[in-house]
This record gives sequence, C-alpha cells and structure tokens, in this order.
Amino acid sequence: MGLKTPLYTQHVELGARIVDFGGWDMPLHYGSQLEEHHAVRNAAGMFDVSHMTIVDISGPEAKPFLRKLLANDVARLTVSGKALYSCMLNEQGGVVDDLITYYLHDELYRVVVNAATREQDLAWIAAQVGEFDVTVTEQPDVAMIAVQGPDARELASRLLEPAMRDQAMALKPFHALAAGDYFIARTGYTGEDGWEIVLPAERAADFWNQLAKSGVRPCGLGARDTLRLEAGMNLYGTDMDLGTSPLASGLAWTIAWDPAERDFIGRAALEEQRAAGPAPRFCGLLLEDRGVLRNHLRVVVDGREDGEITSGGFSPTLNRSIAMARLPAGDYDRAQVEVRGKLLAVRVVKPPFVRNGKVCIEL
Amino acid sequence: MNELPGDLRFTAEHEWLRQEEDGSVTIGITDHAQAALGDLVYVELPEVDQELESGNEMAVVESVKAASDVYAPMSGVVLAVNEVLADDPEKINADPYGDGWIVRIQPGDESVDTMSPDEYQEFLDTLDD
Repeated sequence: MGLKTPLYTQHVELGARIVDFGGWDMPLHYGSQLEEHHAVRNAAGMFDVSHMTIVDISGPEAKPFLRKLLANDVARLTVSGKALYSCMLNEQGGVVDDLITYYLHDELYRVVVNAATREQDLAWIAAQVGEFDVTVTEQPDVAMIAVQGPDARELASRLLEPAMRDQAMALKPFHALAAGDYFIARTGYTGEDGWEIVLPAERAADFWNQLAKSGVRPCGLGARDTLRLEAGMNLYGTDMDLGTSPLASGLAWTIAWDPAERDFIGRAALEEQRAAGPAPRFCGLLLEDRGVLRNHLRVVVDGREDGEITSGGFSPTLNRSIAMARLPAGDYDRAQVEVRGKLLAVRVVKPPFVRNGKVCIEL
Repeated sequence: MNELPGDLRFTAEHEWLRQEEDGSVTIGITDHAQAALGDLVYVELPEVDQELESGNEMAVVESVKAASDVYAPMSGVVLAVNEVLADDPEKINADPYGDGWIVRIQPGDESVDTMSPDEYQEFLDTLDD
C-alpha cells in the first residue's frame, strides 16, 4: 500500500489500473493508454499530478538562495507568475532534480519538484539553507491536476469563477497566476497547450468530476510518459540523474552561465566538464525497422562507439518507435540499436518529435 | 472476469493452447495477459518451420509499457504464424482467444504442464490476492 492522492477514489471508480510510482498508488491508465494519449493530442485530457511536491521558498533572501541553489538564474524572472525550468545540481554537477520555479514576488517563489525525488530534494534544499534568511515550506494539503490538449483551457475555464476565468485565459505560456485558493499555470509536460491547476485537496474530487463531465478525458501516467517522450522532454531518473550532468542530458540550454560571478552549486564542475571537451551528444532516435526501443538499450555508432538509450518507447502519434539517447560526440545521422541480439537501424533526429499536435521530424 | 473458453488449456505463463482436429496446436496469450500488458504495439513472431523447444522463448509481445516473452508450451515445429499481428498487434487486445492467436505448431514430444479452464481460473484468483 502506497501513498494516495486526494483523487485516489476517483481513479479507482473510473477503473484505473493502479501502479506504484515513487511510493504513490497512481493510475497507469483507465483502459487504454493509446486512447488517452490521442485524447491529449487531439482534444483534452487530465492527469492527477498531486504526487508532485510543491515547496514555497520565502523570505528576504529567497532570491539569492535560489540563485545559489539552481543552475538556471531566477533573477531572469521579473514578472509575477513567470516560470523557469531548471536543474538543481550537486557539487559534482550531477542532477539532484529538475524542477519548475514560479516567481511570485522577490520574497516568494513556488517550486514544483518530482514525486520520486521528494525526500532527496527536501533534504538537499534544507541542507543548502545555511545562513540564508529563507523559509522552506512544503504545501501538503493541495492537489494538482494537469489539463492538457488543444481544447484543455477552453473546457477547464468553464469551471472557474468569471473573474478568475478571464485572468486565466489571458495567461501567456509558462506563466502562472495565484487567484484565491487556486494556482493556475500555463505549463505542462505533454507538448500541448494546457494548464496545471493547484487547488485545495478537499475540492479536488469535485473539480476532477466536473472536468470529466465537460469532456476532459482522465489519463494515466502511461500516456503522460509517451506524450512527454514525443515532446522531447527529459524524465528525471532515466534521461538524467545524480550521475549525469545537464551538459550530457540535452539540458545545456537551462544553465545560466552569465553573470560569471553567480556561483551556483555545481558551477565549477560544469566549467571543468565544458573545458575537458565536447559533451556526449543527447538526441532523438527514430526506429526505421519494426520493433520498440526501450530504456538502456545499447546504441552502436559507426560499428564501434557505444551510446545508450536513456528513454525509449512507442510513439502513438507517429505509430513508430522513438527514443532519447546519449551518444558519442560527432556529426552523424544514422546509428543502430541492439534489440534482443539484433542490430536495428535508427535515424538520429533532433527532438521534439511532436509538439502542439504537429509532427516535427521527417518520417 | 470473462468466461474462459472451455476447449482450451492454459499455462502458468498465461498462454493458451487449443488442440485442433488435424493434430496441430494453436497458441496465444490469455485475456488476463493482454489486460496486464495493456495496448500492444508490436509482436515479434517466429519463422514458419522453426523448431521450438518446450519452455523456450517463442515470440515477443510488446506493449506501450514493456516487452514480454511468450514461451513455447511444448516442443514442435511452427506450421503457421498469425501474420495479421505484424500490422494489427492490437488484435490480441481485442480478441485474444480468436483473431489474436499467435502461432500454430505441429507438436513434438515434450510439453510443459497445462491447466484446465477451472484450474487456470483458480490460479488467477490466487494472483489477485
């Protein structure tokens, strides 16, 4: 028996197949992962992501603390509600977690971290506080529902009070708004438009049921994974972890090197790595043969050098198998993957594979 | 739980076998297996005329989630494979005991233990606990 979100009863009543996810009993799918995937690409789907952890960082030194804690620079955030994606590194440049930080004002930031890394993250953040005048407060009594897909905002907005609805519909991508007990962010993890809505736990079931009634399809974590893979978004624990740096995980774009005097945790290690030579290539793979690419399969480049699939699977939108992989540095567009003793042909491509309902690579 | 077809035998690896009138045996995976795997997206089939050894891997079914081996419940020679699965692996999800069959073999001597429908149902009930 694992931890349960405020929506657990809803999942069971909808016939979800429940699996353990980082200690939480979560829905994998409600019958068909493929249909749920297509619902998000073509209309609207919703995910219970209440297992993720919301941490508020507040106090006079919230900003300097986060500028030390994160590889990306929260000083870039100047408009209330603006979000920033960043890695939180250890001294060796390994990724403790990837997370989103929302700027509310200079003394209040809201951070959303992964479920499976909750303990590791909270302990790490607490250990870095030191002399900083900040307070770290976990928000335990909330639920989080991600409503995603081309019709998601329109359908979800009908459930909001008129005043909140107008503000929410006016949100730009990667911006959030705190309105009463609700926190609505135009973010997601599917490559589609949508919102992530944080609300009081006791109101979550009713909100979920109303969304379902208005045509938003309940989707499990299975579809969430195929959607994020198609969108070319990294998954913590497979595409990067404590043993790999953002430079080797396609996340160099999230490192704010300037200003040079900002001494974030892991900076020195990253600078050493950068000086030591080109980083491994982190890219997408499209399987040209039949089959399915899976995590950790070996990739053969030029018949010799080895790479590894970090996360792979079947793409329901492309009806082909795709993957993300860490490969030797170099300029090439073909490779092979070893699947059950056979070498299958793959094309090396630049993610995303699918974004906003559109196929982004040549098939 | 759906009723299990009475003319089938079952293995603990969730395969079913049907003895055909011409002496051949048709093999597939059970409704329980397809439901546990979820949407199937690829099936790797053996070659016709391939010799199978009892208990060894015979085919691979891949769902969106994972790849799973299908084991030969008896030794024998592959007479036919269900070619339709190459383009429509979801036939196994839709009709595991019918259109979703996987191979037909000419059985050899060796076989693994199989269960009657009632015994397999009892076996499934122990798994649900």
